[in-house]
This record gives sequence, structure tokens and C-alpha cells, in this order.
Amino acid sequence: MSRQEQAAASDPFWLDPGKRAIAYQVGVLCMVGLLAYYLVSNTLTNLEKQNIASGFGFMQKEASFEIGESLIPYSAADSYGRALLVGALNTLKVSFIGIILTTLLGTIIGIARLSSNWLVSRMAALYIEVMQDVPVLLQLFFWYAIFYETLPSPRQALNPFSGVFLTNRGVAMAVPAAHPCHKYMLAAFITACVLAYLLRRWARKRQEATGRYFPVVPVSVAAIIGLPLAVWFIFGAPLEMDVPRLQGFNFKGGITLSPEFIALLLGLVLYTAAFVAEVVRAGIQSVSKGQTEAAMAIGLKPGQVLNLVILPQALRVIIPPLTSQMLNLTKNSSLAVAIGFPDFVSVANTTINQTGQSIEGVALIMAVYLIFSLSTSAFMNWYNKKVKLVER
Amino acid sequence: MASAEVHDKIEDLKPPVIQVGVIGWIRSNLFNGWLNSLLTLVTLYILIKTVPPFIRWAFLDAAWNTSGQACRASQGACWSVVTKNLRFIIFGFYPYHLHWRPLLAMIMLFVLLFLSRERTNWKPWLFYSWLVGLAAMGLLMRGGLLGLEPVESSQWGGLPLTLLLSVFGLAAAYPLGVVLALGRRSRMPAIRYLCVVYIELIRGVPLISLLFMASIIFPLFLPEGLTINKILRAQVAIILFTAAYIAEVVRGGLQAMPKGQYEAAESLGLNYYQTMRLVILPQALKIVIPPTVSILISAFKDTSLVVIIALFDVLKTTQSVLSNPEWMGFSREAYIFLALLYFLGCFSMSNYSRKLEKELSAGEL
Repeated sequence: MSRQEQAAASDPFWLDPGKRAIAYQVGVLCMVGLLAYYLVSNTLTNLEKQNIASGFGFMQKEASFEIGESLIPYSAADSYGRALLVGALNTLKVSFIGIILTTLLGTIIGIARLSSNWLVSRMAALYIEVMQDVPVLLQLFFWYAIFYETLPSPRQALNPFSGVFLTNRGVAMAVPAAHPCHKYMLAAFITACVLAYLLRRWARKRQEATGRYFPVVPVSVAAIIGLPLAVWFIFGAPLEMDVPRLQGFNFKGGITLSPEFIALLLGLVLYTAAFVAEVVRAGIQSVSKGQTEAAMAIGLKPGQVLNLVILPQALRVIIPPLTSQMLNLTKNSSLAVAIGFPDFVSVANTTINQTGQSIEGVALIMAVYLIFSLSTSAFMNWYNKKVKLVER
Repeated sequence: MASAEVHDKIEDLKPPVIQVGVIGWIRSNLFNGWLNSLLTLVTLYILIKTVPPFIRWAFLDAAWNTSGQACRASQGACWSVVTKNLRFIIFGFYPYHLHWRPLLAMIMLFVLLFLSRERTNWKPWLFYSWLVGLAAMGLLMRGGLLGLEPVESSQWGGLPLTLLLSVFGLAAAYPLGVVLALGRRSRMPAIRYLCVVYIELIRGVPLISLLFMASIIFPLFLPEGLTINKILRAQVAIILFTAAYIAEVVRGGLQAMPKGQYEAAESLGLNYYQTMRLVILPQALKIVIPPTVSILISAFKDTSLVVIIALFDVLKTTQSVLSNPEWMGFSREAYIFLALLYFLGCFSMSNYSRKLEKELSAGEL
């Protein structure tokens, strides 16, 4: 027996760090457990007193409330479960469109912030500062107020471009009239995307093996635009448009975007774009000038410099904070409840008010957003592993 | 030295006039290359098209202190919606004759914030004056002592409520966040997992779901007969939310500490508590001051979300002014005023954070 072990054996247990750690953990766990027990037992007593049956049985019941906009067929006679699904799809819709627009706008502003043009750079800085410093909820209210206070009723609709009508009931736009060729165009688009991906893999392999370069980007872009266009021409290039027409008090035909949706999208995109712009700026600035010069010195073309040297390094800095901004946008879309867009939180809130199932309702809200966040962070971990610098 | 010739100094050629001065600056900053020239022209065009009409609307044609009817007649902005209702927007339903109390509390807060700007003031006396100040502010708002008339917290509202939620929120969330960050770095698995689950759970959900929880579910958690007022419940939700974000920022600081610091502290015979308090935390918290300020900014902005659970913060008081028939339809002016208010608050904080960042990085060189 070594001296240390001897000492450990004879010491009282509170002087042994290992045993002490166990005691601490047991203590903390007991406290958390007791607190949970206390809260749960209180809740159960209260629920019993108010005669609220817990559980998710209410999901089958008839919802009996209308939802303004929906991606899937829905009527008030459908169940709460379906209503919540409609809400979740609306959240996904606004987040998806919002993320695409935010990335575009944020990148443009971020690059503008770094522009050598003094005026452009100042304007971008002003935009970033103002948008970051005003709460997003206030911005939502503001855009919504602009819609219902300043825009005219459908009868006096503003018509800035032909086929687009701005009213206080929303924006009505002309869309291409439904035609069987659209299905095939979509198929052509997807095929082109797959082809572009395969082409990229093949080109990279060939370049590694033989050193010969293949212009992947122009060819891919041409395929992705060209294939659906070709399909369109094969079907005789149908040009018919579905133009919105004033009928009674509102527009019929085309697609109509509700003021709530536009205000929500506008607020979220303009707000988050300011943060994305800062992320993009930091990413571009993180690649030192020497990298560009070195890449040019070994004879790469400007496009290759950007593709092979600058972007891979800048993206490593940009992507993680960018994803967290995208997640913020998704979480902020829950503010839709304040202006009446039927997103998941808003539908869940109505459900809570009608059924009194507050615990289940809030738990559902949390669960849905947790699924978004956890899947995003799983993606982030995978990505970080993929792009991690391999050091000696 | 005969060969020594005296050279007349030839006058240096002046650079061409288009490279220096105002013209040079304009050429190199606005019109270098066709793309930049185009951008400049487009931007100038947009500015000319938007700024003068805006100035006309906001200042020249604006109604500053008139009735709602007079506003409707005028072409410009109706700032009267703000000026006529300023006291309600700022103080909400707080008893009218007692408005001096929240005003005094806010002044105290601003004085304390002003004193805390200078790092040379970061000494124990500042900490104690914050403690005394916060207590005094609470007393001023609540009343009921020292001959002050008691005011129910259901009557609190407006800007004092917004400031209260953000200041107390951060003051309570900060220590909690530090504890959570330490817990997440702990060697004890049970504690580490508890902290990880808490932090990730909170960061994964929107604040609004926590506010719903505070306003609808929290009353169910309590035994019968015990109720906690709505402001306090929202405050708890904001604290729990902010703490998770602070924990992640502090964890960043802890991870940035070189391992040698821990080992040195251990070799001096310091225990865990002493190591953290004397060696690690003072350094780690110092590096994360700038991100902490940005959390403070977002906490300040996020307090506006209490509108959704019907607390009368400054956004809600404004909205209730706008629902008055006399002032209906002037949302733009009212919201622009609020945006200005929030902008001033956030901008001074972010400015301060930049200044601090500069000072701290200057210290390292």
C-alpha cells in the first residue's frame, strides 16, 4: 500500500475529493428532484381543482377556428392537431423565405459596408446601426401600421408595376397561369441541380488526377437555368398570366400576400440582415490580403482565387454565426403572434385559450423550436468537423 | 572645399489639383472606377428622392403640439400624438401626481450608469452605490415606507417598467449565468449535464414561449393561495432567459484562459473556490465584457416582448394611446418616436462597448 492510498484510507470521507464530488452531485440532484416534485405535485393539485384533463387528447377535437392563410387545405371543422400543423408550416414558410432573403440582403449590405465607395459604405453602416438598435417587435408593428394606415383600400389600389397591386388588404400579384408544363419544369430544375452536383464531383476528381481544369460554375448555372427553359419552350412557351382583378371588395386571382405576412417578413428580413451584414463583413476581413496576393502569385484566375482561396477561409468564419442568425430569425418569427400572422405560436396560443391546455400548448411550442435548434446545431457540429483546420 | 556647390532647392512639384483636397477626396472615395461612380450616382439619386420629402414631412409640415383633429388637417407628421401623450407614454398608469417618483428613480439610474462608464470608477464604492441605488429605486416605485404613498405594481408602466425589467434582469442574470458557466465546465458529470441541458433548452426556445410559461403556467406551479404578480413573473422569465446567454459568453471567456493559469493557481495550493474567485474569473470576465454588453443590448430590446403578455411597458402604453379614437392612425409617428428612444439607449451602449473594447485591447499591448 503506497502512502497516498494509506492516507486516503484513513482520512474521513469529506477530505477525499472523489467522494466529496459524489456527495455534491447527489445533493444537487436531490434538490432539483425535490423542486421538480414540489412543482409537479402543485400543478397536479391545481389542475384537478380546475377540472382540466391533462394529456394530448385535445389534438383530435374539432378546432372550430379559421386560419387566415394555410399551405394545406384547412377548415374550422378540422382538428386542433391539423390547425397546429398549419401553424408549423406557416412558421417554416416565413422562416424559409426569410432566410433566403436575409442571406442575400445581408451579404449585399456586408459587402457594401466594405466598399471603397465612401457614400455606399456610410449608408450601409447607418443601416446596420439603426436596424440593430431598434427592437424587432417594434419594427414589425411599424411595417404593419404602414400597411393598414397608409395604403389605400382595394378600390383605390396602388399599381406601381403592371400586375402588382398594393392595398391595405395585402399585395396582389400576377403569376403565370397554371399550366401542365410547370411540373416538368420543376423536374428539369431538380435534374439540373443533381447534374451540377455530379459534375462538380467529377471535375474535382479529374482535376486532382490530371490537373486539368473544368469550368464547373458557368456550365452548372447554364444547366440549371437552361434545362427548365428548354422544357418551357418544348411546351410552346405558354405566356398566359393569372392577373388579379378587383371583385367586390377584394382582389381575386393571382396570388395575394396578406399584410401580416409581408409585415412579418419585412421586419424579420430587414432586422436580421443587419446582423448578417456584420457577420459577412467580419468573415471577409478575416482573410488577410496576403492570401489573395499569394493565390494570384501562383497563377490562379480571379474567379479561382475567390473560389479556392478566399471563400473556403471566409466561410469557415461566416457559417457558424450565420446559422445562429438564421436560428434567431426562426425564433423571432414567433413574434408573428403580436401582429396576427397565424404561425405556430399564434395557433398554439389560440388553442390554449380555447381548451385551457396551457401546459401542453407551451410544451408543444418549446418542442417545435427545440427540434429546429437541435437539428441546426447538429448540422453545425457536422460542418465544423468538416471544415476544421487540419493542423500538424 | 571648392567642390562644394550650393544647389538651389528645386521646388517640389505640387500634386495635380485633382488628387488632393476636396476634389481628390471625392475622386478617390466616390468616383474611382465606373462601378463606384455608378453606385455613387444611384445612391445620390435615391437620397435626393427620399430625404427632402422626409424632412418636409417630419419637420416643415409637421404638427408639434396640436389636437388630433388639427393633425388630420395637416400634411406632415403628427408629433402631437407624442407630445400630447408624453406623460402617459413614459409613465403609464402610475398615479399622475406621483410621477416625480419614477422620474427620480430613472434619473438615479442614469447617474449610476454614467458613473459606471469610467473604468477608473470600478471600485467597491460603485458596487455599494448600485446596491443602495437599486434599493432606493425600488422604494421610490413601490412606496409604502418613509411616508411615501404605496403604489400597486399593477399600476407600474411605461419607460420605468422597461428599464426595471432590463436592469434587474441583467443584475440577477449575470451571477446566475456565471454559476451556470462554471457548472458547464465542472468535472462533476451530474452538475455538468444539468447545466448543459438548462442552457441548451433555454437557448433553443424563443423568449416568448418562456413569457407564456411565466404568465399562464407559472401560477399552476404554486400552491393554492400563493400568487406572484405579473411583473415579477415576467422578470423571472427574462432572468432565466438572459442567464443562459450570459453563461455561454462567460464559458467563452473561461475557455480562453490558458491552462497554465489553472495549474499555477493549483500549485499555489488554492482550492477550487479560491482559484475561480482570485485567478480565473477576474481575467475571464474581463475578456468577455464586449459580448456581455451586446447581451445587455439585446436584453434591453427583448423587454419589448412583454407587450405580448399585456404588461404596460413603453411599447404597450404607446399602443394604448394609438387605440384612442382621437389619435388613431398616427402609428408611424409614435413608433418612430419609440424607435428613437430605443435607438438612443442601444446606440449609447454599443458605442460604450466599442470604447471599452479599444481600452481593453490597448492594455494588452
